[in-house]
Amino acid sequence: MKTIQITIEGKKIKAREGQTILEAARENKIEIPTLCFHPDLEAKAGCRLCLVEIKGKKGMHTACSTKSEKGMEIIIDSPKIKKARKINLELIFAQHREECDDCVWRDNCRLLKLAKEYGLNIARFSDRKNNFPCHQFGPSIVFDTSKCIDCRNCVEVCRKQGVNFLDIEEKNSFFEIFPTKDKKRDCIYCGQCLAHCPVGAFESVGEYEDIEKPFEDKSKVIVVQFAPAIRTSIGEEFGMKPGEVVTDKLVAAIRKLGVDKVFDVSVGADFTTMEEAKELMEKITKGKGACLSSCCPSWVKFVEFNYPEFISCLATTRSPHIILGALIKTYWAQKEKIDPKKIKVISIMPCTSKKYEVERDELKIEGTKPVDYVMTTRELARLFKKRNIDLKNIKPEPADNPLGIPSGAGVIYGATGGVAESALRTAYYMITGKNLKNVNLKNVRGMEGIKKAEINIKGLRAKIAVITGTGNAENILKELKKNPKAYAAVEVMACPGGCIGGGGQPLPSTPEIRRQRAEALYQIDAKKKLRLAHESPIVKKIYKEFLNNEKIIHTICHTKYFKKSREVKI
Amino acid sequence: MPYQDIISKLKKSGLKGRSGSSFPTGLKWESVKNAKAKKKYIICNAAEGEPEVFKDDFILKNYPEKVVEGIKIALKTIDNSSAYIYINKNYFKKYGQKLKKIIRKLPIEIFQKKTEFGAYIGGEETSIIESIEGKRAEPRQKPPHPTQNGLFGFPTLVNNVETFYYVSKITEGKYENTRFYSISGEVNNKGVFELSEDLTVKEVLEQTENWPEFDFFAQIGGGGEGEIFLPQELDKPIQYLASIIIFDKKKTDPYGLMGKWVDFLMKGNCDNCAPCREGLYRIKEMIDKKKMEKETLDDLFLVLEETSFCPLGKGSTIPFKSLIDKILK
Repeated sequence: MKTIQITIEGKKIKAREGQTILEAARENKIEIPTLCFHPDLEAKAGCRLCLVEIKGKKGMHTACSTKSEKGMEIIIDSPKIKKARKINLELIFAQHREECDDCVWRDNCRLLKLAKEYGLNIARFSDRKNNFPCHQFGPSIVFDTSKCIDCRNCVEVCRKQGVNFLDIEEKNSFFEIFPTKDKKRDCIYCGQCLAHCPVGAFESVGEYEDIEKPFEDKSKVIVVQFAPAIRTSIGEEFGMKPGEVVTDKLVAAIRKLGVDKVFDVSVGADFTTMEEAKELMEKITKGKGACLSSCCPSWVKFVEFNYPEFISCLATTRSPHIILGALIKTYWAQKEKIDPKKIKVISIMPCTSKKYEVERDELKIEGTKPVDYVMTTRELARLFKKRNIDLKNIKPEPADNPLGIPSGAGVIYGATGGVAESALRTAYYMITGKNLKNVNLKNVRGMEGIKKAEINIKGLRAKIAVITGTGNAENILKELKKNPKAYAAVEVMACPGGCIGGGGQPLPSTPEIRRQRAEALYQIDAKKKLRLAHESPIVKKIYKEFLNNEKIIHTICHTKYFKKSREVKI
Repeated sequence: MPYQDIISKLKKSGLKGRSGSSFPTGLKWESVKNAKAKKKYIICNAAEGEPEVFKDDFILKNYPEKVVEGIKIALKTIDNSSAYIYINKNYFKKYGQKLKKIIRKLPIEIFQKKTEFGAYIGGEETSIIESIEGKRAEPRQKPPHPTQNGLFGFPTLVNNVETFYYVSKITEGKYENTRFYSISGEVNNKGVFELSEDLTVKEVLEQTENWPEFDFFAQIGGGGEGEIFLPQELDKPIQYLASIIIFDKKKTDPYGLMGKWVDFLMKGNCDNCAPCREGLYRIKEMIDKKKMEKETLDDLFLVLEETSFCPLGKGSTIPFKSLIDKILK
């Protein structure tokens, strides 16, 4: 792309043709305040805070939506701009009911930061939305409309997800955002509305009023397991860089909460890999059509509700934390001679949808839920802060045995493509009896919405599609409708970049931050000696001692799916 | 007449768009004609939506053939084009069948304006485009201008009903620099009048026997965003939308009037940008309390005029400012 020169506040900078003023400024480390802008979404230019003046052009313009032009002279901080920004901020402030203590943006609220910077009179106008209602979406998400500033990022991201659960309707001369009344549309609990809301109008259920609750029952043996995607993101809550690996610090910090055991969900992922590889092998060798991944509960719900004709294609393998929860309450409980009913399993997840997944009745084993409670990354971080546990400076400790040492394959589950890569590494072994010479399947990695690859296993060619974002999955499903054998395996993660961009992760969630979180997971894998699930000693041991017949494997590791009608009640 | 001559005729005539923005019609046509694209669109805006403005209603009732003729000329002038008439539900009910009969096999589709979206903003040209594309009727960021990148990404000519009417007049050589004036309010002779565009407001009112005997003020340019003028200020022609509304100064409650405007604007806007959505609401609060606080009002006017996304927000201060300045004081 052509490089052009523009001037911002007298400083000459280079911009690419077609780039917005905001993009050019940020690339040159020049800050222009924004609120509604999100790099994942179209610039809606609604908050009118990124105002700039352009020499030779009348009035003020928004940097997020105005393209740079050759020779443009841009002013970003004149007294007039500052005044207009301040007034618009006051107007926005007055439509947003403050609930700062309990807000997902508590520690890095842009609205509050700007209010201080601009010396706002935050009480200039009365709160417009004081009596506005809260809506709850299943067991996962709460939408507090009294905090909403009408930027409609949530509506756009929900539409991009192919979900369309949020509508804009007129009420008392305002167009407001409502969960749809249409019975043919339902929330899939991915939480991308939350991740793209600039002011915390969305939060997960229990965030943060219930963060102490799961740890209160002292009569129980409390076991905490943490998801693959947490280890490279939770550090952000403690001032560390995105992608800083904190696995062992995280374990030490969780222990400080006074829990009995800390296990790693990546070990559960190794079992998921084993079972999913078997399903994959079946499809590849028998040419039976596509195997759709099923680790992501939002994707599963998306299929069950919107595309029930594909339910039979979903892998029946359970998701990693559900398998590990079940192993904790069966295999481990037997070993430790603990009554499974006395064990409480708490999963720390990057995800709002996992709060919904654990409520699924068909996952129960002899009437017991494999996982009792799901907390998001953010909720755990808040609990650490509340208890003055400093994750950044804590002495690292390894996770507990025997469910604490995963393969590298189990770790990359947190990034888009990770499940497919792990399963293919193992399926290759299962089909050929040999390990891949190069286990790095780089063409299924990366942040693109749809990635396609072809793999040659003993002369069998298998086409793979890896998708991030349920909206992107719709095209592949259409393709599969026409030709059921178009792909042997399709991995879908609802959130951008996979679980590292989940609705339960630290905010903000931007393409660059997600790239760093994912890259760090691949680094962990690359540094490990153990990179294949089927070579994991604990996996081998448990298959030998416990998961040694089809019936028990089925009980612990597999599930079923149902055609769904709308679940969310409004 | 050869169609290549039409644009020079339009330019020569000095015809300006009659939707209120007064853009030279010839230039607009030329811009769309010269744009390089496989396909082009023409939109006739028949979504007149401002209170007390009913000139397009009058034209559609009396001269639908002329309007369709104007669109037909555009179709012939602009290669590979097809057209839409974007029309109010109400106007469609009244004139839809008649228009269809006139259109017959011409590539002109009648598109009814959706009512669930911002009532007034739905008449702005980029919002019309969004609406025909099946999206919410919300204004687009300009540039690109519709003449380069409009409906479905193709160069698009958007003109008002009245503009197309005059295009046909110009090609017939019968254009006499007239325009249509809607006159309403406290007048004897309410209606639409076709008169010279050079007339002052005073002359228009006199010629139509509407100059009031009582102390009055006038709102020029529409009952939503029109500006308030005192009788002594009416010695000049109308610059924008040709609508004149007369108010009896003694009988008119300025707060009631401002309340009507603000309700119309709040209902008619799209609520996308903060100054328009929130600023108008805060003006309404003051009107309801019958207390216009100057400092706050000045601040709100500033952000509305300078930072609103589209012309509706930017122009929304005009009636309030002028009424407060001239009448309330």
